[in-house]
Amino acid sequence: MSNILEVKNLVKHYGDFQAVKGVSFNIEEGEIFSLLGPNGAGKTTTISMLSTLYTPTSGAATISGHSVTREPMAVRQVIGVVPQDLALYEDLTARENLIFWGQMYDLSGKALTARVDEVLEQIGLTDKANNRVKTYSGGMKRRVNIGVGLLHKPKLLFMDEPTVGIDPQSRRAILDTVKALNKQGMTLLYTTHYMEEAEELSDRVGIIDHGELIAIGTQKELTHQVGESETLVLHVGENDDSEALALALNGVAGVIKAEATDHEVSVICPEAEDVLAGVVTKANERGIKIRSIDIREPNLEAVFLHLTGRALRD
Amino acid sequence: MLKTFLIGIKDVRLAFRDRAALTFMLAAPFVLTLGLGLVTGRFSGNSGSGISDIPVAIVNLDDGQLGQALVDAFNSPELADLTEPTFPSDPEAARRLIDEDQAAAAVIIPAGFTQSIIPQASDFESAQPEVVQIEVYTNPERPTSAGIIKAIVDEFISRVEEGRVGGEVSILQMLVSGRITPEQAEDAGNAMSQRLQDEPMTNEAAITLNSSTADGQAVEFDALAYIAPGMALMFLMYTVSYGGRSILAERTQGTLPRLLVSPTSSAQILGGKIFGIFLTGAAQMLILIGASSLIFQLKWGDPLGVVVLVLAAVFGATGWGMFITATARTTAQVANVGSAMMLIFGALGGSFVSLEQMPVFVQAISKITPNAWALNGFTTLGLGGTLADLGTPITALLIMGASLFAVSVYLFGKKDLAQK
Repeated sequence: MSNILEVKNLVKHYGDFQAVKGVSFNIEEGEIFSLLGPNGAGKTTTISMLSTLYTPTSGAATISGHSVTREPMAVRQVIGVVPQDLALYEDLTARENLIFWGQMYDLSGKALTARVDEVLEQIGLTDKANNRVKTYSGGMKRRVNIGVGLLHKPKLLFMDEPTVGIDPQSRRAILDTVKALNKQGMTLLYTTHYMEEAEELSDRVGIIDHGELIAIGTQKELTHQVGESETLVLHVGENDDSEALALALNGVAGVIKAEATDHEVSVICPEAEDVLAGVVTKANERGIKIRSIDIREPNLEAVFLHLTGRALRD
Repeated sequence: MLKTFLIGIKDVRLAFRDRAALTFMLAAPFVLTLGLGLVTGRFSGNSGSGISDIPVAIVNLDDGQLGQALVDAFNSPELADLTEPTFPSDPEAARRLIDEDQAAAAVIIPAGFTQSIIPQASDFESAQPEVVQIEVYTNPERPTSAGIIKAIVDEFISRVEEGRVGGEVSILQMLVSGRITPEQAEDAGNAMSQRLQDEPMTNEAAITLNSSTADGQAVEFDALAYIAPGMALMFLMYTVSYGGRSILAERTQGTLPRLLVSPTSSAQILGGKIFGIFLTGAAQMLILIGASSLIFQLKWGDPLGVVVLVLAAVFGATGWGMFITATARTTAQVANVGSAMMLIFGALGGSFVSLEQMPVFVQAISKITPNAWALNGFTTLGLGGTLADLGTPITALLIMGASLFAVSVYLFGKKDLAQK
C-alpha cells in the first residue's frame, strides 16, 4: 500500500505558544489512523493544517502527492472534513445543507441529487431530510455533519472527535459508519480522546500530547511498549485521598507505577494478582475504603499513562 | 462565479427564514411608513393620493400689490387642492393656530413688504426703504406640510426677487441716462409689480414648478413618496449590517472554516457573502416598494429610475455593511454598530426630517450616508423626474460603495477568517 498522507516535522506556533511541535507520520491508503490524545494535545490544529485551513509554521505535508501549502485546491478535492463542532446551516433542511455543500464540492444536476439521496440513506435521515436542521437532536445533527464530509466521496476523510457530547446510541451509529466507510475503501484520519474508540476503529494509532507525537504504531505495538503489564484500577470513596494512596502504592513491591484520577487509582504492574494483597493492605493502613477493583489487560490507556505519567482524561 | 452566486442565494434564503430579521427588514419599515402616513394625514384625505388641503394661516399686513399677490397665489386654482388658507386677523392669532396644531404653517406678510421690494418715487430721493421679510411660522408636528408651504413662499419670493433685481437695474439705468423722470420710474415700478402679481397666477403654482412628467401630466407631491423611501432606506442599513454580521457568524458557527477547506477560493466566498448582502437588500427594497405601491397606491415614479436607484442605493449601503464587518471583531460589535448606524444614518439622511429643514452642516455631513443620496433620488422620481435626472445621486452611491468595498477587502485581507 502506498502512503496517501505524508507528514514531516509539522510545526504550528501561535505567538510564543507551540501548538504542534514537529509531528511526523504517514497514513497508508485504506487504513484508519487515529490520533489519540487529551483535549489540547494538538489534534485539531494538526487536522486544520492538513486540511489547508491553517498554514503550518514549518514542516511539510502531502496528500495524494499534493503539498498542503503549495497546492491547497488540489488537496481540497481529495479530502473530506468532518469538524469537531457542527458546521451546518441550522435554518436549512438536511437536504438543503447537503445540496449546498455538494455544490461547493463541484457537484451539480442529477449527480448531485442522486448523491444527496445516497448520503441521506447512509446517515439514516431520508425520512427527515426536509426538516430544518435546528429541529434535529444532537445525534442527528452529528450525522448530517458527517454526511457533508462524505458528499464528494473523498479519498481521505478527516474526522475530528465526531462523537463528543452525544448519546451512546448515536456514538455507536457513528462508529459503525466509520467502519463501513473504511470497508468501502475510504482512508480515515480519526482524532479522539476516547481510548475505546481508537482501540475499536484503528489500524494504527498515533498518541499525541502537548503537541508532540509521542508514540505511533498498531495497538499491539504500542501496548508492547508497556510490556505485558496489567492495570489495576481501584475505585475509592469520594472523600478518600486518592493522591495519597497513589503515592503510597508506588512503594509497594511489584508496582511499576500508580497514578490517581477522580476517585480512582490506576496501578500498573506485571501481574495484578501478585500485588493485589499489598495494595489492599496499603489502602487499609491509610483508612481508605476500596469500593471496587478492575483488572485491565494492557491497553492504550496504560500506554498513555506509561508514556506521560497522566491518564488520558486528565 | 457560480459558487459566488450559490453562496449569495443561500444567504438570501437564510435571511428570509430568520423571523427576527424579517421583522426589521420588512415589517418595521412598513409599519413605520403606515404610522407616519397616518400622522401626516396621508390616509385621511379623500384625494386618494397626495397631500391635500394643507391648512395655512395667512396674515397680510402689507398694503401693496406683492402682499396681495401672495395671498392670491394661495387662493389660486392651481393651489386650491393642495392648500386651504384661512385669514386670521393678526399674527398672534395665526401663530396660535399653529401652536394649537390647527394649521401646518402661518405666513405673515409684514407691513411695507411691497415698498421694500419696489421703491416708490420718493425713495429715489431719500434713503433706501428698510428691508422686511415674510415670516413663515411652521408647525413642527407637520414637517412635510409645513415644508410645502415654505417651498411655496420661497418660490414666490424667488420670482419676486428676480423681477425686482432686473427691474431695478433697468429703471436705474434709464434714470441715470435721463431717459425717464422719477415720476415715470414710479409708474414703471408699478407696472412691473403688476406683472409680478399676475405671473404666479397665470403660470403654474410655485410648488408644482417641477411636478410634471415627461409627457406633461401633472404630478402631485405625495408625502409618502418621501416617508416610504426614508423608512426603507433606514432599515436597509439594518439589512446590510445583518448580512455583514453573517460573515463573522459563519466563522463562529464553523461554516466559514468548512467553506475554506472546500475547493472554493476565499475570493469566491467573500464575493458570495457580498453578493448575498446585496441581493437581500435589493429584495427588501423592491418588496417594500411593491407593497407600498399596491397597498398605499404610492407612485414611486419612473420604474427604470426606481430599479437603478435601488440597486445603486443597495450597493452603497452594502459597502457600509462590509466596512463595519471588516473593522469589527465579533458579531455583537457588528450588531451594535449596525443598529447605531441605522439610526444615525436614518436621522442624518433625512428619514425622519427633511434634509432641507436641517442646518447646513448636517446637510454636509449627510453626504456620507447612502440614505441622503438615495432619498434625494427618490424625491426627484416622486416629483416626476426620470432616470436621466438621477446622475448625481447614482454616481455618488456607486463611488461610495466602491470606495468602501476597496477599504473592506483590504481590511479583510488582514483578518484571519479561518480562526474561530
